[in-house]
Amino acid sequence: MYTLRLWSVKNARLMEVIYAAVEKTLIAAAPLLKRIGYERLDKPVAAVEKVFKGALFDCQMCGQCALSSTGMSCPMNCPKTIRNGPCGGVRADGFCEVKPEMRCVWVEGFEGSQRMRHGSDIQVVQFAVDHRLKGRSSWLRVVQEKTATDDKNPMEAKS
Amino acid sequence: MSAALYDDEPVPGYPLPIRSGHSSPGRLERVLRDGHFAVTSELAPPDSADPNEVYNRARLFDGYVDAINATDGSGAHCHMGSLAVCALLTRLGYSLIMQISCRDKNRIAIQGDILGGAAMGVCNMLMLSGDGVQTGDHPQAKPVFDLDCMSLLEIARTMRDDSTFQSGRKLDSSPKVFLGAAANPFVEPFDWRPQRLAKKVAAGAQFVQTQYCYDIDRLKQYMHVVRDMGLEKKVFILVGVGPLASARAAEFIRSNVPGVYIPDSVIDRLKGAEDQKAEGLQLCVDMMQQVREIEGVAGVHVMAYRQEKHVPELVERSGVLEGRTPWHPDLYEGDASVKQQLDSNA
Repeated sequence: MYTLRLWSVKNARLMEVIYAAVEKTLIAAAPLLKRIGYERLDKPVAAVEKVFKGALFDCQMCGQCALSSTGMSCPMNCPKTIRNGPCGGVRADGFCEVKPEMRCVWVEGFEGSQRMRHGSDIQVVQFAVDHRLKGRSSWLRVVQEKTATDDKNPMEAKS
Repeated sequence: MSAALYDDEPVPGYPLPIRSGHSSPGRLERVLRDGHFAVTSELAPPDSADPNEVYNRARLFDGYVDAINATDGSGAHCHMGSLAVCALLTRLGYSLIMQISCRDKNRIAIQGDILGGAAMGVCNMLMLSGDGVQTGDHPQAKPVFDLDCMSLLEIARTMRDDSTFQSGRKLDSSPKVFLGAAANPFVEPFDWRPQRLAKKVAAGAQFVQTQYCYDIDRLKQYMHVVRDMGLEKKVFILVGVGPLASARAAEFIRSNVPGVYIPDSVIDRLKGAEDQKAEGLQLCVDMMQQVREIEGVAGVHVMAYRQEKHVPELVERSGVLEGRTPWHPDLYEGDASVKQQLDSNA
């Protein structure tokens, strides 16, 4: 929902804290998740993500969440799905060139990133989306990556 | 100045030996790296299958530009494709900047075009996200956007420097191209624009061409931040300029072309002129001269949509070439194939 999406970006710092907590919990639960099996869990967890992230961010379920690097503004809501915006067509009032009734998701994201502790992640180049991951759980993927390699920046999309 | 600015080119105008530290065998890269103030322009591709349309449009710029942009469905309108325009013109020795938009092709098609373009002598490629299909003449089309300008730059750079496709599969020969991107310092969010330029440089951009500049103060502020970040040393910045046909045209562009900012002062100046068209040209000449003075600006990109025939006059009057004559096919009479092509199209 558009209004809720704008609210989430306005509260990007709070969202960042919640996200960090969710991630921590899931990582703590990793051994259990692994025992049940990530493949088996993917569908139900993805369904939960769709409800929550759908409501809060208008999540499009790309399966490789970049919210923490985009000021908590989902880039898949950009009509051009630009993962490294904003493009050069932003209107004078910060609205989208394609959908004039919508605020540019990257103008929003830039504002959101300035409220976040790790907001500077927005300056990291996001690589191309892997379309095979569409509809799959992003959270489980992060847990798997984080527990496998202890990567410091697991939310960053990998090509 | 003689036809050959560089005496080590096998046939003037055709790809040069790649100098150490250069990415491409192209003239544009040499001109920029040698510190010349570069001039590029844009060829509006025809709605036609006649190659003469392309030749004639290119000839308008002869002797006044260092490279010609071949646009790729600009404004999401259908025209002859950029790869084909490049194929026709590189055969005559022209220096092209092949624009690649992410709107119409996925990564499989685009990587194929990068190889194909380089094989045909395209030395410069400009990576764009592209306008949304909604803004064009086929709003019912499927927008592809498999990549965005940033990931496309990254992929092209990897193809050139690591000699691999995005998949990691090895290339037998890498595309030796000078990589470009677009920049728009004139729209929101202004604070973010120099940082976005830095991001493009990190992704692989070696030169950028900006959107039309009608607001010199905004450009100065942008360049100030760019210099503070040291970006002008990492990327050649060519500022977009173009003549406005009338105050009415300017008002239309301002309200209908997203991304182009035209201040009231410009529109007032046009309105107050007796001959608005002449004033529009003078305004463009003034802008080119002002842009030339800004530290860190490496050239101008003249976009004279529907006024292409005025490009030589604009360049001449502005004096930005400082007496330099960029190569063009007529300068070299010894190349029989070029001569034959041009004569048969005359």
